[in-house]
Parts: sequence; structure tokens; C-alpha cells
Amino acid sequence: MSGPVTKGTDLPVLLPAAHKLAATAAAERLTGPVPRPTLRLGLLLFAIFVFSIGLAHAQAVPDEAETPLDALWRWMPVLLEGFVFNIAISFIAMMMGTVVGTLLGLGQISLMPAVRGSSWFVTQFFRNAPWLVLLFLVMLLVPFEFRFGNTVIPFPGWIKATIGLALPVMANVSEIVRGAINSVPSGQWESSESLAFSRRQTIFSIILPQCYKRMIPPWMNLYAILTMATVLASIVGVDEMMTQTRRALAAEGGATQLLVPFYSFVLICFFVYCYPIARLTIRLERRFAVKL
Amino acid sequence: MAPDTAVTSWTPDQPIVKITDLHKSFGEFEVLSGIDMSVMKGDVVCIIGPSGSGKSTLLRCVNALVDIQKGSILVEGQEINTPGLDKLALRRKVGMVFQQYNLFPHKTALQNVMMAPVMVLKQDKAEVEDRARKLLAKVRLVGKEDAYPGELSGGQQQRVAIARSLAMGPDLMLFDEVTAALDPETVKEVLVTIRELAEDNMTCMLVTHEMGFAREVGDHVYFTDQGRIIEHGPPSDFFTSAKDPRTREFLSQIL
Repeated sequence: MSGPVTKGTDLPVLLPAAHKLAATAAAERLTGPVPRPTLRLGLLLFAIFVFSIGLAHAQAVPDEAETPLDALWRWMPVLLEGFVFNIAISFIAMMMGTVVGTLLGLGQISLMPAVRGSSWFVTQFFRNAPWLVLLFLVMLLVPFEFRFGNTVIPFPGWIKATIGLALPVMANVSEIVRGAINSVPSGQWESSESLAFSRRQTIFSIILPQCYKRMIPPWMNLYAILTMATVLASIVGVDEMMTQTRRALAAEGGATQLLVPFYSFVLICFFVYCYPIARLTIRLERRFAVKL
Repeated sequence: MAPDTAVTSWTPDQPIVKITDLHKSFGEFEVLSGIDMSVMKGDVVCIIGPSGSGKSTLLRCVNALVDIQKGSILVEGQEINTPGLDKLALRRKVGMVFQQYNLFPHKTALQNVMMAPVMVLKQDKAEVEDRARKLLAKVRLVGKEDAYPGELSGGQQQRVAIARSLAMGPDLMLFDEVTAALDPETVKEVLVTIRELAEDNMTCMLVTHEMGFAREVGDHVYFTDQGRIIEHGPPSDFFTSAKDPRTREFLSQIL
């Protein structure tokens, strides 16, 4: 059974399906098997949004002055304020996770068994823990303020949530760094060694510069996932977009015709933000796949 | 087992590399089982033999890329088989060129040559650049200074790799099947470069399958099989009157 799928069958009834399969397979060879967010998906979301508004419109009492769209318009600044908060949390968590995760990743290839072992353990522990549980743990374990003599450093909920989200990011970055370093051919290590480079020089001047390209796409992917995970912070009471949406709905007296437009709006905001990142990731992956 | 670790005792009339009863194994498998060899300064030594006979491992032992289980290797009188060996100091004296070139793909040809002298030897950048350009000219790569390895042919990459090793000013060069990955036309340009090095009196240890080169340029030829040296001698004797049947069989297959 070699060759393209179209050659795999001579039953006429199967041919259309086989052609389709071959086309899908060809497309997946280009993009990988992961379902990629497409513009079509965004349009679909938008369509749901418009449809829900229309539906809500129709359900609304005719002589009532405000339509769901008006309500959404009125609440939009509050909701967008929450969204900015989501973005801020994602940025800070990504920064913290990347810095610590890179150190952990380098620790995983350390020549000192203690450093290597503990880096491995920390990475595996946080990589295989549910994000929400980590979030709760940090919220409950970290005090709301630190006192050093007379100075008080407050630790509001959103900072704790950011730390909670940075933990899994850190573990994932650690694995990205370790994997990228391991993917550099061993000949690079050998030739650096034989040119009398120290291990530190080898890692920072020869190995890591070859890793950046390999690390950027999975790192951006991780960022998109993190951004979408920031709504978890609403469960622990941070004033981000989901929390604001719930509050707005409550203020509107829990009007059911507002539910779908409001949550659709949240979805669209995240889509608009994450979709370009996903596209860029795919483009970078393709470009880097061609030549090292 | 380690006879003399003092560096100062070495003089150029003694062997630059002296290997005594060298044993090396990877796990259970013994790759080298008792190698004795000595190389004088300015010699070109060719090591030939069937694949898996431990030739490449032997070279890697000389610049301590792999560690040794038993025996002694003296490089300029410095014992390599000691726990406190200053590997970096050893590798400044011993250059190595690989079958797969192993150039740094993110650096240009010129940067590849300059990197180690600037970063390892802390030499002046302008002076190193000057020398690097001369070395690239010497391996006939004028005009390719700013090319990245991916833009160069195999033979060109290999010559950059040779220039890169030479930039460290080594006393001894190790060549590990440097033409094995090249196509026949480009083999020659690399061999010419190595021959010129030999004519400049550089000490070279080559693992090679190029019998013609070994015969013309080599001062001494070693034949290894299953981790031992079966036979050795100057190429004039070695290629015409090999005594051991294994050497004869190998030569008959390859020549």
C-alpha cells in the first residue's frame, strides 16, 4: 500500500472519499495534525454572535427601550477593561515563566547530578499538574502581603494568580529549552569541545543561538494557551474579563437574553487576540522548517 | 601506569604523541584493546582499517573527547589519562576536523574561524580577523568570508573547518575521515589543503580511506582491525609488501 491514498482503492464508490483523504493528508503534512484556528472559525463565531443578538432582539419585549446590543455597548468599557487585565496577567506570567523556565531547562542539562535531578523533578511536577489546582494552591499558600520590618509589600489576588499561572508556563518553557538543546546535533558539541570552548561558552555562544528558532514557535503556542487560560483567574476572584462579564450580567438582573451576546463577545475578544498569534506561529514553523 | 606527567620534560626530538597500551571500551564492548603508537613532530600518520575497527575512537582519545579506561597517551609529554587533566589546555594544542564538518551554522565562514581565538584564547579581534582572512585565503576560500555554512558546498565547508582548527595555532591536527562525506570531485580540493599543511610541517594524524593520499603524503601508515594495530610501516613498504593476511585482504578490497 504505497503511494498516495488515491491509488489505494479501485472501488469507484470509495474514490471521492479517497481523494478527500489525500487532500486532507496533504494539508496536514503542511500544517501538522493539530486543528489550526482558521479565519472560517472566527467568522463562525461572529455569525453565532450576530445570530444570538438577533435572537435576543426578537425575544425582547417590543416596547422596551434597550436592545441587548445597546446593553453590550454600555458594558463594553467594563468588559474590555477586564480583557486588558487578562492580557496583562498573560504578559507578566509569560515573562516570569520564561525567565525561570529557561534557567530550569538549562538546569536539566547540567553536569551536576543534583541540579539536573531537581530541575527535572520541578519541571515534571509542574508540567503534569492541572493549572487550576496550581492556581488555587498559590492563592491559598501565598499570603496577601509580606512584611519586612516596617515596609509592607502587598500581594493582591491578581499577582498571586499570575504567579500561579507562571508555574505551569515555567515547566513548559523548561521542556522547550531542554528539547531544543537536545535537538542540536552532537557534532556541534564535539567541534566546540575540540576548539577548547568551555561548557558555558559552548552553551551560550554555540548551542543556544541555534535553539532560538526552534524554540520560538512552541513558545508562542504556549503563550496563546496561557492567554486563554487567564480566565481561570475568575474562579479565584480576580477582576478579569470573565468576572466582569458575570458582574455585568448580574447587574442587568440576570436577563437570559444577554447571556449569549455577552459571552460571545468574550470569545470574540480572545479570538481576535489569539488568532494572529496562531497564524504567526504556523508561518514561523513553516519558515524555520525549510532551512536551519 | 602514567610514566611522566611533567610538561617541561618534552623536547621536539621526542614523539609529540606517544600512545602506550591504550584500552577503551563503551560499556561491555572494547573498542580499542592495546594500541601502541608514536608520532614524531612533522609526521603525517595515516590510520586505515575496516569500519568499526576503532580508528575514530583512537583520534578522539588523543584530544580527550572520550575518556580512556587503561593505558597512557602523552601529548607533548603531557599525560592525558589523569583525572586532573586540563582538557581545554590540551585542546588548544590539538586541532580536530570531523567527517560532518560541524561548522557553526549561525555564523559566517569568517566568524567560524574567528570565534575560538577570540573567545578561548582572548586574542585581539582585529588581529584575529586579519589572520582568519589569511587562513581562508590559504584554503582557497577568498570571497566566501561572509557566506554561511549552508551556502557552501561540502568541500568548501570542510576547508572552512580546517581553517577554523588552524586558527587556534595547534601543534597537532587530527582528521577524522574528513573526505568521507564528500563527493569525488570535492575530495581532491580538501586533500590538496591537507597536503599543503603537511608540506608546512604540520603534524597530522588522519583516519582515511584515501589510499592514494596515504601513499603519497603519509610518512607512516597504520592498519587497525578490531581495536588492535595489525601492521604498520612507511607507505612504500606497507602498500607493496604487507605481511599480515588481514592487511592484504583489506588492501585488495580497497585498491
